[in-house]
Amino acid sequence: MNSRKIRVLVAKPGLDGHDRGAKVVARGLRDAGMEVIYTGLHQTPEQVAETALQEDVDVVGLSILSGAHMTLTPRIKKLLQKNGMNDVLLLVGGIVSEEDAAELLKSGCADQVFTPGEPLDKITGYIREAINGR
Amino acid sequence: MMEREKSDRIRREKTVWQEEVSQMKQRNEPFSTVSGQPIEALYTPLDLGDFDCEKDLGFPGSYPYTRGVQANMYRGRLWTMRQFSGFGDAFDSNRRYRYLLEQGQTGLSVAFDMPTIMGYDSDHERSLGEVGRCGVAIDSLEDMEVLFDQISVDKVTTSMTINGPAAILWCMYLANAEKQGISLSRVGGTIQNDILKEYIAQKSWIFPPEPSMRLITDIFAFAADHVPQWNTISISGYHIREAGSTAVQELAFTLADGFAYIEAGIKAGLDVDRFAPRLSFFFNAHIDFFEEICKYRAARRIWARRMKERYGAKDPRSLKLRFHTQTAGCSLAAREPENNIVRTTLEALSAVMGGTQSLHTNSMDEVMALPTEKAVKIALRTQQVIAYESGVANTIDPLAGSYFIEALTDQMEAEAEAYFNKIDNLGGVLNAIDCGFFQQEIADAAYTYQRAVDNCERIVVGVNCYNNGEPQQIELLKIDPSVEEKQVGRLRRLREKRENDTINRCLENLKKCAAGSDNLIPKILEAVKVYATEGEIVAALKEVFGEYKEKPIF
Repeated sequence: MNSRKIRVLVAKPGLDGHDRGAKVVARGLRDAGMEVIYTGLHQTPEQVAETALQEDVDVVGLSILSGAHMTLTPRIKKLLQKNGMNDVLLLVGGIVSEEDAAELLKSGCADQVFTPGEPLDKITGYIREAINGR
Repeated sequence: MMEREKSDRIRREKTVWQEEVSQMKQRNEPFSTVSGQPIEALYTPLDLGDFDCEKDLGFPGSYPYTRGVQANMYRGRLWTMRQFSGFGDAFDSNRRYRYLLEQGQTGLSVAFDMPTIMGYDSDHERSLGEVGRCGVAIDSLEDMEVLFDQISVDKVTTSMTINGPAAILWCMYLANAEKQGISLSRVGGTIQNDILKEYIAQKSWIFPPEPSMRLITDIFAFAADHVPQWNTISISGYHIREAGSTAVQELAFTLADGFAYIEAGIKAGLDVDRFAPRLSFFFNAHIDFFEEICKYRAARRIWARRMKERYGAKDPRSLKLRFHTQTAGCSLAAREPENNIVRTTLEALSAVMGGTQSLHTNSMDEVMALPTEKAVKIALRTQQVIAYESGVANTIDPLAGSYFIEALTDQMEAEAEAYFNKIDNLGGVLNAIDCGFFQQEIADAAYTYQRAVDNCERIVVGVNCYNNGEPQQIELLKIDPSVEEKQVGRLRRLREKRENDTINRCLENLKKCAAGSDNLIPKILEAVKVYATEGEIVAALKEVFGEYKEKPIF
């Protein structure tokens, strides 16, 4: 039985400053017993990947509301892989159309995409299941 | 005040009524506003306290302006229907603006993309993947000329949602007006230019507070002398609310910001009546109908009273809180998006009943993407139906005198005053930002709300209840990925063909001015006129001013 708390990096890559969702999710995950690190705003993909490595996280949650998700997500995925973090769970939240979400999932850039209105329990449940199922 | 006898009678009757109601079945739901404000089952004259309709309401167009800032309100002219819009490059957005004007829209409102908002040119490495995505990409005066091609800027007023680099985009707009042969004294519009709410909620900042406040007071002074019809700032509660605040927090924090700008202007040596008349406001219209109406009414009254009593303003225009409203993006749901049309209608109606000067109605698809032409047309038609069919614009401040409306207006005013005291005790708005006061208040409120939705204490139709329907697909706007490449190409060609020596000289002059204390606007205007880019001007100013950094909290 692994007693280590699940470690999650909540990251705001790109230029948009809409941090309501990131903060609510960060707090929800912490209240659900996870270890949460929040990057703060306006991070480059390199900064996100570097923090993920330094903090040795199990999950990276990207919050993007500027429409740049199709550029930023693959770049971060690649940088995580370059850091040897092949099995880190990569989640995306924000203003993402169904079509874009499907493409991110299909290309393997994201493990799951959450859009406005998702309950916190669904996100924490998804993370628990994915990490503990390993 | 009622006579004693009468109020005793009402009190007795109320007790009887309460006794009767307590025996009856009650729905098992919290009776509170979307902000968590408890609401009574019934309001009576007893709830009005020492309410005095002459002192607390006055007439429309008269102090304290609770009933509206114009004497004739919508009987004279309807509110301006102003849809916030911008995407792709200047060509794409110019087409959308001309479409909206053809559909009967009466003002323009420019949405910029993130690189423009953050002061980066489209070819900067931080702009990768962001160009034209959530607004229009503007790098130089050349783009501004395209954006307003075939649109006379003396015929429409334009609002621009830009803050950190507001002075630069404003100068581009003014330079373009001059090129169209229009005198600056005839140009009207608004720049958001509200940096305080950026630090508090929207988080699109560039420079630290002190130089940011200087840029703002420089704009106040320049506009007072040269662009008298321009609204130099739009003090915004919208983003504070979208970030998760309650209605009272939106009201209180926005007005506190407003007072901070007044104090900054006075400190910069400006007479209050010289710049206060051009200050405007921007509020959210959330889903709780009556709470929103009371918020607008309370806002007007608080502003008028403080401006007169504390800041000694004498010009009636300084006392009038004029505002734009946008319906609440955060109230919309990605599930069953067509329901969003109904939400937006209710929200728009509250803004109109609350006496807004202009209005943006969100499109149903904006939780997923920028709106399609069809969705934005429905949103505009929503306003037109309210204006021309519903009858609500026939009479001014129709809910005045309602026991509930007046009691809630009074209560929100009192709660806002309590916040002003708290902020004063923290040493003012800038200190309160520095210690994370607003940020924590908003984060707490956002989390409380989300919890209430998640455990179904608060119902969102189609989201946490009645949500077993089939997923609905609607058509979405796609931004052509080649936009970025095209924009970068245009920018590179501009850099090759312009006089780069002149530009370098302008930027050096600008830096010298920034290091001193002269008004910066003439120097920025000079730089944009020779096609210096936004990114170049921002970079020059950053050398002198530095950049703002926030401590992340959640």
